[in-house]
Amino acid sequence: MNLLVCISKTPETTAKIGFTDGDSKFNEEGVQFIMNPYDEWYALVRAIELKESVGGKVVAINVGPASNDVVIRKALAIGADEAVRINAQPQSAMTTAKYIADYAKEGNFDIVFLGKETIDYNGSEVGSMLAEYLDLPFFSYASKLEMDGSKAIITRDVEGGQETAEYTGSFVLSAAKGLAEQRIPNMRGIMMAKRKPLNVIEPTITEDLSVVVKYELPEAKSGVKMLDADDMDELVRLLHEEAKVI
Amino acid sequence: MDTITADTKHHISSKTDQYQHHDYYQIDELLSEDHLLARDAVRDWVKKEISPIIESYSEKAECPQHLYKGLAEIGAFGPSLPIEYGGGGMDEIAYGIIMQELERGDSGIRSMASVQGSLVMYPIYRFGSEEQKQKYLPKLGSGEYIGCFGLTEPDHGSNPSGMTTSFVEDGDDIILNGAKMWITNSPVADIAVVWAKGPDGAIKGIIVEKGMEGFSAPEIHGKWSLRASITGELVFEDVRVPKSNILPNVSGLKGPLSCLSKARYGIAWGAIGAALDCYDSALRYTKEREQFGKALAGFQLTQKKLAEMITEITKAQLMVWRLGTLANKGKATPAQISMAKRNSCHMALNVAREARQMHGGMGITNEYPIMRHMMNLETVLTYEGTHDIHLLITGMDVTGINAFK
Ligand SMILES: Cc1cc2nc3c(=O)[nH]c(=O)nc-3n(C[C@H](O)[C@H](O)[C@H](O)COP(=O)(O)OP(=O)(O)OC[C@H]3O[C@@H](n4cnc5c(N)ncnc54)[C@H](O)[C@@H]3O)c2cc1C
Repeated sequence: MNLLVCISKTPETTAKIGFTDGDSKFNEEGVQFIMNPYDEWYALVRAIELKESVGGKVVAINVGPASNDVVIRKALAIGADEAVRINAQPQSAMTTAKYIADYAKEGNFDIVFLGKETIDYNGSEVGSMLAEYLDLPFFSYASKLEMDGSKAIITRDVEGGQETAEYTGSFVLSAAKGLAEQRIPNMRGIMMAKRKPLNVIEPTITEDLSVVVKYELPEAKSGVKMLDADDMDELVRLLHEEAKVI
Repeated sequence: MDTITADTKHHISSKTDQYQHHDYYQIDELLSEDHLLARDAVRDWVKKEISPIIESYSEKAECPQHLYKGLAEIGAFGPSLPIEYGGGGMDEIAYGIIMQELERGDSGIRSMASVQGSLVMYPIYRFGSEEQKQKYLPKLGSGEYIGCFGLTEPDHGSNPSGMTTSFVEDGDDIILNGAKMWITNSPVADIAVVWAKGPDGAIKGIIVEKGMEGFSAPEIHGKWSLRASITGELVFEDVRVPKSNILPNVSGLKGPLSCLSKARYGIAWGAIGAALDCYDSALRYTKEREQFGKALAGFQLTQKKLAEMITEITKAQLMVWRLGTLANKGKATPAQISMAKRNSCHMALNVAREARQMHGGMGITNEYPIMRHMMNLETVLTYEGTHDIHLLITGMDVTGINAFK
């Protein structure tokens, strides 16, 4: 099978979040970056497992600057066969999806994998847009993927239960928890990754339709307020006016 | 690579390892992509495989033997040896970083890997015949065989040249007699690289295999340090070993000493890992714990301790980075390695002791890793040349005068 896995770079989960440029840009200063866990643990690993069982090739793709190469190398160390970096600063879900689609169109991929969302912007948009650009069906939030010959059996977690779909043909799939289990690369994989191709290509031209105007952090949580046990009126007032829960 | 099996389940703790990255001088910028990937991979592996079980194994003084296979799979055995001989083909800095991340988890687990890679695989690779290399190295690299290194004797620790373990020749064999003490991995080892004096008095390295008649490896009990690493003796009573098991390409004390240089280098990096874990815990604890109406971290005395810890850690990090750069060029001298080994171990033990106090009563429990690291570091300060012996090495190096005897 010919498999494409979209991987992105996200801030490490404990990173301090701040903004620059009039609160319109995330401040990357001093932030540690990791591969988006949904891409790494589930999408990439399931693709590698499929390749290992039925043969074929796994290509990892990222839209980003050269500083993303370390994350891409990690994908190769975990077991992707080759990688592509589209040399552009990702702006919006739409441009990212368009760049990847323009590459994927040429590649004749059986399945295009990606994580259900990135853990930074949580947009969950690239997958559906990518499927649209490629004119392929989209299976989102998949927690299980099995192949029965050329037929794919996909399980999605839906509210209060599960949905199972079957499909024969190429498709785009976004990975949720359960699709696979994290694989930690070993030293041999890390050394082998150096010899695997990482091709850098320039983006196709696309115009952004939206711009980010402003980011805001949630208000800092205030501490617990202690009230006198006899002061019921004050408690009720605060529940009404401050906590706004009644 | 899920190595947590049914029989380790009762060791699993519910705490999560919250360790974060500390890099005050942006030393990451001095590292390559391989180094960063290796660091993150081993850190993830430690969080998954070591942190959840280590307090329990340590408390019970049991060795998590399933980790030998796990260490092999991640590539912690001989990472800087060539791939064709079971190693990882990486550079010396990568080797150091791997040791540091392992020791961030536990010094005992790092010791399991140090011994296998630097004290067993390395001498076979460096001094062994091609036949010996083919026979043992791939199996040691994959964890199929566990190895140990026998130099120290009951009456000869800091002064190994006085060893009494010796052999005589008998046709195609040798007959080995003597005893070794304090040998990491020995009770579970399949092979031992043993240093013994031959008929001419020269020290030779001999590969002794488990099951050879007259050879036993009883466990040493009662250690309050490196409790998750198994330690034992090696006892040889007229053990008949084929001459083909002698490492052909070395004679004299430089054999074991060159292995020690390799392992000490790893310890110089490794001990910083234990210090980092103690600092990490102390920083988090004192920011959360309040006394006298504010977080402990807000008091000047606490800040002095934290500031000094990260200063000392940063100095040690820079020292080993430079040592690694020299080692990559084949230019790190044994005396330079001694200095870094001594400095890192002493620094780490001091950091652990300060961190212990900063956790108050909690600091003596296994809720936090401090006491375990602190007890472990007493061994790390002692083995592979004690704190004072390394000082004498530096002293001799700068004065040219031997003060050992
Ligand atoms: C848990 C553990 C694991 C170990 N694993 C191994 C192993 O795998 N293989 C192996 O071969 N060995 C191993 N060792 C042994 C270790 O290397 C020795 O314990 C160490 O070299 C010190 O030797 P010793 O214990 O005999 O102490 P001694 O040599 O008796 O030293 C006692 C004290 O005297 C001091 N001293 C000695 N000589 C001098 C001097 N000239 N001037 C001033 N002070 C001096 C020392 O610094 C020390 O403080 C291990 C030890 C431990 C505790």
